Amino acid sequence: MSEFGFLDFNLVPLLPEVFLALSAMGFLLIGVSFGDEARRVIPWYALLALLMTGVLVSQVSFDDAIVLGGMFKADAYSGFVKLLIIGGVMATLGLSMRYLEQEHIDQMEFYVLVLLASVGMMFMVSAVNLLSLYMALELQSLSLYVLAAFNRQSPRAAEAGVKYFALGGLASGMMLFGISLIYGFTGSLDFGTLTASMMVMQPVPFAVIFGLVFLLAGLAFKLSAAPFHMWTPDVYEGAPTAVTALFAMVPKLAALALLMRILFEPFAYLVPQWEQIIIFLAVMSMIVGAFGAIAQSNIKRLIAYSSIGHIGYALIGVAAASEGGINAVLLHMLIYMAMTAGTFAVIMAMRRGGRSVERIDDLAGLSRSQPILAYALGILMFSMAGVPPFAGFFGKLMIFQAAIGAELYALAIFGVVASVVAAYYYLRIVKVMFFDEAVLMLDLNVLSGPQRFILACSVAFVLFFILSPSAFIDSTQLAAAALFPGR
Amino acid sequence: MISFPILTILTFLPLVGALVILLFLRNDETGAGSARSMALVTSLMTLAGALILMLVFDPANPDFQFKEKMIWLAPLGIAYHLGVDGISLYFVLLTALLVPICIIASWRSVETRVREYMIAFLVLETFMIGTFCALDAILFYVFFEGGLIPMFLIIGIWGGKRRVYSAYKFFLYTFLGSVFMLLALMVLYMQAGTTDMTVLMANPVAPSIQTWLWWAMFASFAVKMPMWPVHTWLPDAHVEAPTAGSVILAGVLLKMGGYGFLRFSLPMFPEASAAFAPVVFWLSVIAIIYTSLVALVQEDMKKLIAYSSVAHMGFVTLGLFTATLEGISGAIFQMISHGLISGALFLCVGVVYDRLHTRDIARYGGIVKNMPRFATLFMLFMLGSVGLPGTSGFVGEFLTLLGAYQVDTLIAALAASGMVLGAAYMLVLYRRVIFGPPAHADATAMPDVDGREFAVLALLAALVLWLGVFPGMITRSMTPSVEKLVTHITQHHSEQEQAP
Repeated sequence: MSEFGFLDFNLVPLLPEVFLALSAMGFLLIGVSFGDEARRVIPWYALLALLMTGVLVSQVSFDDAIVLGGMFKADAYSGFVKLLIIGGVMATLGLSMRYLEQEHIDQMEFYVLVLLASVGMMFMVSAVNLLSLYMALELQSLSLYVLAAFNRQSPRAAEAGVKYFALGGLASGMMLFGISLIYGFTGSLDFGTLTASMMVMQPVPFAVIFGLVFLLAGLAFKLSAAPFHMWTPDVYEGAPTAVTALFAMVPKLAALALLMRILFEPFAYLVPQWEQIIIFLAVMSMIVGAFGAIAQSNIKRLIAYSSIGHIGYALIGVAAASEGGINAVLLHMLIYMAMTAGTFAVIMAMRRGGRSVERIDDLAGLSRSQPILAYALGILMFSMAGVPPFAGFFGKLMIFQAAIGAELYALAIFGVVASVVAAYYYLRIVKVMFFDEAVLMLDLNVLSGPQRFILACSVAFVLFFILSPSAFIDSTQLAAAALFPGR
Repeated sequence: MISFPILTILTFLPLVGALVILLFLRNDETGAGSARSMALVTSLMTLAGALILMLVFDPANPDFQFKEKMIWLAPLGIAYHLGVDGISLYFVLLTALLVPICIIASWRSVETRVREYMIAFLVLETFMIGTFCALDAILFYVFFEGGLIPMFLIIGIWGGKRRVYSAYKFFLYTFLGSVFMLLALMVLYMQAGTTDMTVLMANPVAPSIQTWLWWAMFASFAVKMPMWPVHTWLPDAHVEAPTAGSVILAGVLLKMGGYGFLRFSLPMFPEASAAFAPVVFWLSVIAIIYTSLVALVQEDMKKLIAYSSVAHMGFVTLGLFTATLEGISGAIFQMISHGLISGALFLCVGVVYDRLHTRDIARYGGIVKNMPRFATLFMLFMLGSVGLPGTSGFVGEFLTLLGAYQVDTLIAALAASGMVLGAAYMLVLYRRVIFGPPAHADATAMPDVDGREFAVLALLAALVLWLGVFPGMITRSMTPSVEKLVTHITQHHSEQEQAP
């Protein structure tokens, strides 16, 4: 043990990540060696690998441990978020298989990239050093850049990929700059040491706050929080729907989890400083999310704006700077993920004459031609708008409760008013499906078994959440408590 | 009786019926027929349950009865908590009565998507009864707000020409009002540490923070009521909604606003309620006089009745905020009576609309000759709306004014003048539709009410007369609860005066 002093660490908490990374590389080898034969089985193996990873996470990731020389921390918070990430990625894969076939882009690289992005995201939520944080973020981002442009035949997808890459690179640069400022003025990258030096340094040097601002700006880009949201609608629209589903569900959750860890661990003593920034981001995101969506005619762009708005609500919970706030954010993101999965299942069902269509008006008359789909999407939209008795309401309830608890009254009022504006465009989808007459019918029976299953799960979650909300709130509470030890 | 969850059954029975329709009935002609029967049976069973509730209800007990409490949102201490007292009992009864009537009224007039229509009505019934039974503020909000969804669909799918606009306006207006209530509930929760309405009602928060909470609640309930000047969604919604939608909107949904004032504003913020009562009084008087004048010039029958609803709700808010026994009893009585009368008036409009497919007053005239039975029933409801002694409308307005005179003579006098205007527009409507020269051949050729329509209208007519002659039937079990509320409010005022 002592011979390898620098290797003196315990690998057990890393097992899930290692397993998933090895699986991804294994699939790459299999895919390259066996070509077409492997194409059919790799999706299922990928699902299996994720399932195994989930099991491993539940076994080893919840115990408190800092490994890799202070780079990686496993605790209940990271464990919970990792489970959510795995769940979201599994849902994405379930949604993607049939869709990729239909679009003739079912290459095995898709699955490898998705798994690598998942590894990156899992490292992100466990990172407790600015260096490991940056590397995890880049692993995730680079995989996602490629995924955005995955449909090589489509110029729109290529545009989306390039746009995402260029702006993402800029954001990474800003983050690095911020990290270097923080390092320069505190002499440390480690969260624990940073916390200690923040405690001693009063007042904290302006440059550190400056660095934090840059770090936050970079993260806000990954979160697609306004005013760093510019890429979101274009990438959501241009990328293949399967990839958009992934973007909408998982990376934001990982980035948000990372953001909360940074803000509540090393920078917990700078709450008054960063709270202003978070409030600004929240307000901007809610405005952009609410008003930007009104004029959209493409459903993927609409969902993009809706996701910006939802990040705005989540940031309200962050701004509350309390355990209740983190709890609310986690619950909100969990519910948002569940709703989004179902929504994308319906978007994938929007095909006419074998081709995918994306205009909102294409849904006209759906309540007559395919009532089940229409009711499912209707329920999901009311839930997104935060109307009780659906799950979305409880996410908002917790968020606003945290805001009121932190006496952020103006922010809370702003949030509820924005949610009313947002209700307008969610209602528009309901209106198109239920009140308008169809001009052209959508194809019937587009969805595959896994897609139907995910849609059913999503709707069931949204409908029945009310019966036992405690079941979920208990676990988010445990996760939140892990980030707020003894405070 | 305590262990038997009668309120849960009442609340969720319609939902079960809706599920049966959704899962077991086919989406075709035969399915439509069975959906109608199934919906009627379910709602009649709910009505029977509500009648049983009335019989076993102890009228001498001012507290909540048939309480049920279960842990629901444990981390926040929010519970599934139901109960009724003498005030909510009659709202539950009114809802349970009007839903089967709506279903009968839609028997022939709704022919598209019958299955979904019936499901929407039954789901709506669950939300409405739940609102009146809920004893936890968050649960109340869930029911209060959830009702928007089926009503949005009812207006939007089965409504008239401008249904989309009206459905949006209805939804967004009420949603905007309600979210402020949600914030107020959160603040209350932070202050009091509970969302249990019985606790909140018994222990009002400090007067210093009551002001803002009162206004937030007011925003929600005033829109729902609706009070002048936030009433503009109502005429649109009424005009475009299908007949049964208008009946339930005027009959029950508006009452949720008044019920909210009774359960939240008055008991939880007694000091703020007293402080802002003059504001409410003046808004009520403006509503009574202004909307009556507006009603006078309407050419659309439904719009006229919709404006008359705003005026009548003006009496309700006036009565509630007098905080006297007579005023509050009168307001509750007025709400119940208005539920019956305006529901019946919308049904009457539905009767002629089904025949001629227009709501334009000028297209009718002289139909007393071919529709004598209709003319008689319509007259009765018209007189009830005017507040003729002997009808239920009189009792509510009289009691309300009695309460108002104790508080402010000028306001009472102005409100009383509104009664005259009410008589004016209703009589004009009646004269132009029923009497007058028979200008249009098709109007004078309309057949009289058939058995189905007659049965519904006659039942409502009997109730209007019965309550007009024996108002004690309702006030008997209502008074203990109202007395308790009034004592609670006055106690707080006197404490307030003693502690400088």
